[in-house]
Amino acid sequence: MYAFDIERPATLAEAVAALSNEDAQALGGGQTLIPTLKQRLASPEKLISLTGVAEMKGISSSGGVLTIGGGVTHGEVASDGSYKALSDLASNIGDPAVRNRGTIGGSVANNDPSACYPAAALASGATIVTNAREIAADDFFVGMFETALDEGEIVTAVKFPIPEKANYQKFVQPASRFALVGVFVAKTADGVRVAVTGASNEGVHRWSAAEEALSKDFSAKALDGLSVSADDLIADLHGSAEYRAHLVAVMTKRAVEAAA
Amino acid sequence: MPKDGGIGAPTRRREDVRFLTGTGQYCDDMNMFGQTAAVFARSTVANGVIKSIDTTAAAAMPGVLAIFTGEDFVDVGGNPAGWLINSRDGEPMKEPKRPVLAHGKVRHVGDAYAAVIAETVEQAKDAVEAIEVDIEELPAIVNMKDALSSTNYVHDEIGTNQCFDWGWIEDNRAATDAAIKGAHHVTTLELVNNRLVPNAMEPRCSMAQYNRANDEYTLHTTSQNPHLTRLLISAFVLGIPENKLTVIAPDVGGGFGSKIYHYGEEALVLAAAKKLGRPVKWTADRTEAFLTDAHGRDHVTKIELALDEEGNFLAFRTETLANVGAYLSNFATATPTFLHGTLMAGNYTVPNVYVNVKAVFTNTAPVDAYRGAGRPEATFSLERVIDKAAREIGMDPIALRRKNFIKPDQYPFASAAGLEYDSGNYDALMDQMEKVADVAGFEARRKESEKKGKLRGFGVNAYIEACGIAPSNLVGVLGSRVGLYDAATVRVNATGNLSVMVGAHSHGQGHETAFPQVVAEMLGIDPQSIDIVHGDTSKIPFGMGTYGSRSLAVCGSAVVRATEKIINKAKKIAAHMLEASDGDIELKDGVFSVAGTDKSVTFGEVALKAYIPHEFPLEDIEPGLEETAFYDPANFTYPSGAYCCEVEVDPDTGKVTVESMTAVDDFGNVINPMIVTGQVHGGLGQGIGQALLENTTYDENGQLLSASYMDYVMPRADDVPFYGVDHSKGTACTHNPLGVKGCGEAGAIGSPPTVVNAVIDALQSGGKNVTHIDMPMTPHRVWSAMQNV
Ligand SMILES: Cc1cc2nc3c(=O)[nH]c(=O)nc-3n(C[C@H](O)[C@H](O)[C@H](O)COP(=O)(O)OP(=O)(O)OC[C@H]3O[C@@H](n4cnc5c(N)ncnc54)[C@H](O)[C@@H]3O)c2cc1C
Repeated sequence: MYAFDIERPATLAEAVAALSNEDAQALGGGQTLIPTLKQRLASPEKLISLTGVAEMKGISSSGGVLTIGGGVTHGEVASDGSYKALSDLASNIGDPAVRNRGTIGGSVANNDPSACYPAAALASGATIVTNAREIAADDFFVGMFETALDEGEIVTAVKFPIPEKANYQKFVQPASRFALVGVFVAKTADGVRVAVTGASNEGVHRWSAAEEALSKDFSAKALDGLSVSADDLIADLHGSAEYRAHLVAVMTKRAVEAAA
Repeated sequence: MPKDGGIGAPTRRREDVRFLTGTGQYCDDMNMFGQTAAVFARSTVANGVIKSIDTTAAAAMPGVLAIFTGEDFVDVGGNPAGWLINSRDGEPMKEPKRPVLAHGKVRHVGDAYAAVIAETVEQAKDAVEAIEVDIEELPAIVNMKDALSSTNYVHDEIGTNQCFDWGWIEDNRAATDAAIKGAHHVTTLELVNNRLVPNAMEPRCSMAQYNRANDEYTLHTTSQNPHLTRLLISAFVLGIPENKLTVIAPDVGGGFGSKIYHYGEEALVLAAAKKLGRPVKWTADRTEAFLTDAHGRDHVTKIELALDEEGNFLAFRTETLANVGAYLSNFATATPTFLHGTLMAGNYTVPNVYVNVKAVFTNTAPVDAYRGAGRPEATFSLERVIDKAAREIGMDPIALRRKNFIKPDQYPFASAAGLEYDSGNYDALMDQMEKVADVAGFEARRKESEKKGKLRGFGVNAYIEACGIAPSNLVGVLGSRVGLYDAATVRVNATGNLSVMVGAHSHGQGHETAFPQVVAEMLGIDPQSIDIVHGDTSKIPFGMGTYGSRSLAVCGSAVVRATEKIINKAKKIAAHMLEASDGDIELKDGVFSVAGTDKSVTFGEVALKAYIPHEFPLEDIEPGLEETAFYDPANFTYPSGAYCCEVEVDPDTGKVTVESMTAVDDFGNVINPMIVTGQVHGGLGQGIGQALLENTTYDENGQLLSASYMDYVMPRADDVPFYGVDHSKGTACTHNPLGVKGCGEAGAIGSPPTVVNAVIDALQSGGKNVTHIDMPMTPHRVWSAMQNV
């Protein structure tokens, strides 16, 4: 680690002010950032810890929308239970230490192409709330490790409309246990959304052909004959692009079966 | 049996109290007054010429005390290979120098070319980043087949990438070829024994002190064999006289082979400590462990099995390429040869065996012995090709093995690969395995799995290994440059408790519990009054350390011999005290008595007498009660086993789960069955890891892609089933005093082929004619194999 300073603002306004400094970086649960610092792969001069920011805490539900503060940990979401598929997803992130520190704000801001929450946010049609604006998930996840966030912008909450039916299937990369391929399926009155993580060089994305088929008939059978192209999918020592393409179809089917 | 446990008692490991309560003392836990930190500058390319190293800026950084480069060590010796292998043409193997720090060229990613000593680790790291190095990158030599035909050499001075081309047994070659040529059926299999990163929980750490007052050095280091490390440093590398160098291996958090060897970092901290007159400590981080610990396995093999019409084995013929990496680690040349080729007759009466091994230099981390060392490679080749043959000739895999087993009345048995097996009963192990695993119930379980949409497979394996390494005379003939005896000193203290100094090192094996059980049994005293001292060359006799499942068979035998000497002397003292003759003294339950009388003295009274020798027959007996014995075994020991497992394969994803794993082993006599079971459990976990998970991958540029736990899969609790472990059917070793064989490596030897055989069986049951999948059988590989048939 290189030396750095750290600040712990107590309010959002203080955090925003602190982050306006060019060399400052937000610190959520540190489950991605701290290992990066330890490896000397990043050298921020100042970390602005968000764990003390009151406005980013807590989970609330109203009008069928679940609002999760940006500083809420995976562990808290796991034990909440009001959106079961989301709680199940959170309970399978990392290990207890990761779940007790890592935050939903940090996860969506980081937008790791193999992370779990981005799939949930995209499939649920969630809204990412920042200190400055509200961004639809469809516009928020731009590409691998890329989001619509501006420099110094803070994810203060994520709003999830709770679907009628939903499920997340994660086929784990056996070492990291992130998603080698993860598929989140959510069915609402407006139709079905399918979001895929882990598979693509572009990061999390929707599978529109499957959405169309499932919106007509929400059953695994409706997916028969559908497949995704291996073009632009990730290939690494854990699996080829073709294997990932195959898994997308398998995991989607399983998610539909489990949701139904 | 003494109260609290003698031989055969499942005593809980006493060392676990300190390990589990955080009071173990590992190298990195220790800090010395005035200590400094060493950090290494390591190559980021696999192959390159060092054009220049400019340390000026780095040397001026805050806290920097000294910087070393390869230039500083050109006059000291190289880290040697411990075993000389001659090629088939009689030429000795190629032995390029392995320097303390790379000089001239870097040869693998992680190869250290400089080291910074600073007040703190962070300061040293900053300075390492400030070293200006110009390395001209050369194409990397990664693939062994390419290496053999390339004129791009890992070591230019030897003009080849082949270390040796070894034949075993060369005189059997023609007969083996003829047997294969004339056979009714020949089964051929090409396979890879995948490279493994040892991943001991504790990374390597070395800390050196130099005492100017008496010109003495002390090295605390993560070692499995401190005396060997001292010998290598003294006799080959730095030339520090042995009597001026103490090597201490305190609590060590796992080794699995990787801490047998002497590494350049140990020499560096010693040299730096002398130069600075201050202690110098280096602790590897996990990335360094991945890049620089000696790796294991990495064989590419073609094996053929010839059979007659009845399924009798006629011959095994093997051609293997063995990767030794960029430099020869200390036992790198013994592992693919004498620890592998000599086991290629397996448990079988096969008359012809021929093994050819070409060892190959590549721009990868050095490869050396790793839990099992050569024997897992032998077992894997044999038991995979036998399974394939059974399928080809339509015979049950258990029946085919039984048909060719050596039978109990054939011992001692001279195997076609040159060893003399002393004892065993392979059919009895197979019987027990079938019972423990309920093999008869497999078909019903398969149907249950099929109902869930899973393919279920059954895999079986029989292994033999050579442990208790090793008879010095024999290994001397075979090329070993060291002896492989061990030593123990039993010191009875005046107040009747005992310190037993042993040459073996315990880093997870439970010696501190098991060895006292042996002594307690012999003396009839409480094992709690006996402590084991190990790991410190200034305290223990010259022993060869722990590896090759040798500690109990070799060092334990030395403990027995030393304890026998204690008993002999104690009887003399007791005879004097009881005014009887030595021959009439009996020892039972810690009491010496005169046969046929009620006259007796306790062990404690004799001990006190030895140290307060009033009215002592000094002309016949010396005072004191302390004895040393060196023990050199007459033969290897030959543990064997019958293993099976059941797997489920998810046909949609290729994911394999191990549903059950049964290990029935013949370890000879067992001192502590709980420790033995634990050793088997650990080995099985590692074997399942090798079979399914551990995927060491270098890309074509020699970059290690699996250099962290984000990509290298260590087996976790949910990757393994509950195990069925049984060692009740042992046959005693005939040539050591305890009749023991060794259990440390068995699990890692027996399980990989078992798992692969089961996966193949599962796929075949699903109508997929897959005959082989290379390890690790990742979901992707299994799925791909299913698509390709
Ligand atoms: C062993 C392990 C296993 C894991 N397994 C999984 C898994 O299976 N699935 C999965 O999805 N993830 C997994 N993770 C990642 C984990 O979920 C992280 O917690 C998460 O990705 C980052 O959240 P954090 O709060 O820790 O963020 P940090 O590490 O603190 O920050 C990450 C990045 O986000 C920025 N940031 C943090 N908070 C905010 C905010 N509120 N607004 C704007 N920017 C912010 C930081 O500046 C930094 O760039 C794993 C991590 C570990 C260590």
